[in-house]
Amino acid sequence: MNVAVAKTGSGRAVSDLFASAEGRLPGSPAVIAARREAFETYERLGLPHRRIEEWKYTDLRALVGEVLPLAASPDAAALKRAAETVKAHAIEGARKLVLVDGVFAADLSDVKALASEASLKTLRETLEKEAGLLKTASTDAVISLNAAMATDGVVLSIADGAQFSAPVQIIHVATAASASAFTRSQVRIGKGVRATIVESFVAAGAKAYQVNDAVVLSVGDNADVAHIRLLDDSPDAVNVTSQFVTVGANTKLNFFNMTTGAAVSRLQGFITLAGEGSDLSINGVNLLKKTEHGDTTLVVDHAVPSCVSREIFRAVIDDRAHSVFQGRIIVRPDAQKTDGKMMTRALLLSDEAEADNKPELEIFADDVSCGHGATAGALDDSLLFYLKARGLPEKQAQALLIQAFVGEAIEQIADDGLREHVIGIAERWLEQRQ
Amino acid sequence: MALLEVKDLKVRVEEREILHGLTLTVNEGEVHAIMGPNGSGKSTLSHVIAGKPGYEVTDGQILFKGEDLLEMAPEERAAKGVFLAFQYPVEIPGVATMNFLRTALNAQRKARGESEYSTPDFLKKVREVSKSLNIPQDMLKRGVNVGFSGGEKKRNEVLQMALFEPSLCILDEMDSGLDIDALRIAADGVNALRSPKRAMVVITHYQRLLNYIVPDFVHVMSKGRVVKSGGKELALELEESGYTQFEDAA
Repeated sequence: MNVAVAKTGSGRAVSDLFASAEGRLPGSPAVIAARREAFETYERLGLPHRRIEEWKYTDLRALVGEVLPLAASPDAAALKRAAETVKAHAIEGARKLVLVDGVFAADLSDVKALASEASLKTLRETLEKEAGLLKTASTDAVISLNAAMATDGVVLSIADGAQFSAPVQIIHVATAASASAFTRSQVRIGKGVRATIVESFVAAGAKAYQVNDAVVLSVGDNADVAHIRLLDDSPDAVNVTSQFVTVGANTKLNFFNMTTGAAVSRLQGFITLAGEGSDLSINGVNLLKKTEHGDTTLVVDHAVPSCVSREIFRAVIDDRAHSVFQGRIIVRPDAQKTDGKMMTRALLLSDEAEADNKPELEIFADDVSCGHGATAGALDDSLLFYLKARGLPEKQAQALLIQAFVGEAIEQIADDGLREHVIGIAERWLEQRQ
Repeated sequence: MALLEVKDLKVRVEEREILHGLTLTVNEGEVHAIMGPNGSGKSTLSHVIAGKPGYEVTDGQILFKGEDLLEMAPEERAAKGVFLAFQYPVEIPGVATMNFLRTALNAQRKARGESEYSTPDFLKKVREVSKSLNIPQDMLKRGVNVGFSGGEKKRNEVLQMALFEPSLCILDEMDSGLDIDALRIAADGVNALRSPKRAMVVITHYQRLLNYIVPDFVHVMSKGRVVKSGGKELALELEESGYTQFEDAA
């Protein structure tokens, strides 16, 4: 094994990444020590590669090569550009929390409006007191790197019983080209809460940047939460996100992710059903073109009995793009009466498009209902001809069928306005093909 | 000028010649029936006119309003006024009928350089047309043909015909899979669309359909050619004596 990749492709020493950023990283001396330790772990492991089972289809060493230096804190001009971008991507009525190049931008955020409904801090503030937020349930090289380098994030706590009528939208804006943003956020949702959390990743003109994000989300009992993530990064960006989700009892959590950007992206979600009687719905859409690589890797851990989990994943892959779906459902010995199912379908729009589907069931209980299905194929010629015979040009006919294909996943978004917003992003992607 | 001129058309499917030099002329306002046994090439003719892939035209030509139809993509043919009512209309889950109809109609209008319909204008038009065809509104909200009965699928084809207002309608085995009541409803819809400006080519195996859609001309196809043409009485003659006599002629 390669113990330490001392130099990257550009000749930059790996250790420089941390050394050059250390002075700007927030945290008490104890936090800085924890960061250094995390960075050493990253240094030892290096970027994940194909010989690591979980990263078999997403070889970051081959796809990304090196981690870019930390982005500078945004100046006034960058914030101005970010403000324009936020305007274009904000969901109507949403309470916005904006991170620009990995730094919380209070002036672009609806801090006051949220203050009456939830407690909000930044990661920067929190790390001055304690290092706990840098620890996660599981870890790998990219998570360690995130712990070492995270500059900021939102630490949001929603009190028991809160009923949010408007979504909370965390918007990550990239303005710095050829630089990295490291963010880590924590969202704690109390008992009986009704809320919608949206995360958007967008670029304000920046190119070839990298995002390494981590989210720790906990949802209390009897809650009803929608969590929507929209990755619409610049087409040459890299986005690696790790999410750690814990779900309480008798709670409904509806997660949706759509990837329409980034040259290389990976969403790895680790979801634990920790309370009985909960209902987890995970849905995802990858819309990939050119040489884009989009990976969704989910581990759903049924730790307690009587929970339902449903995963619907749709990938549309054009040109030489590559979509990866890895879905693991773990059913612990005590988790009787578990009902866990996943269905993943890939639509290949070109001969060179590639889809890798890897469903895994690890079942240790005997009274469960679990299943998975996977399909991959091209658009149906007979449907295409029918539409063309009715006057639709090829691309428009394809677009209509692609919309129908991803529709099943998008329809799982309950809120009409949000669903329309997501459909709008998918439509823009389809228009770019025409 | 004839609306449709098929001249000495030879067509192959996977190296096998299906049409061996077929000639057919259809003028505006005329209704032509094409009858023939299974495998005589009736459906091949309809598919080639509509532009379905998988057919190789090795000789002959098809002119539509004097233009070379074979040079056009299927969607161009549709915009020019060619409409094929499918023998088996496909089901398209996830595409609402209403959305499909509007997208198709506007695509045709755009191709012709006409203004696209606004949503209210379109809705008004669809309501009018569907009412006249007795098509319930909830059918339009469902996915295209999804869960439709055979009769509903054919009525949906007739609805499109009424909406797109083509100058040439080709009805491919419209009677297949329909009981008498469903057939009558569909045929009534077709008859309402007969006009001096519109021609129809009715392809059928059975004479039965022609009791409802009465043709001006009947052509008998056998083994990839038209072997006999005549008036509507030819259909009755066929009903009596069957297709066997023509199989030898071909």
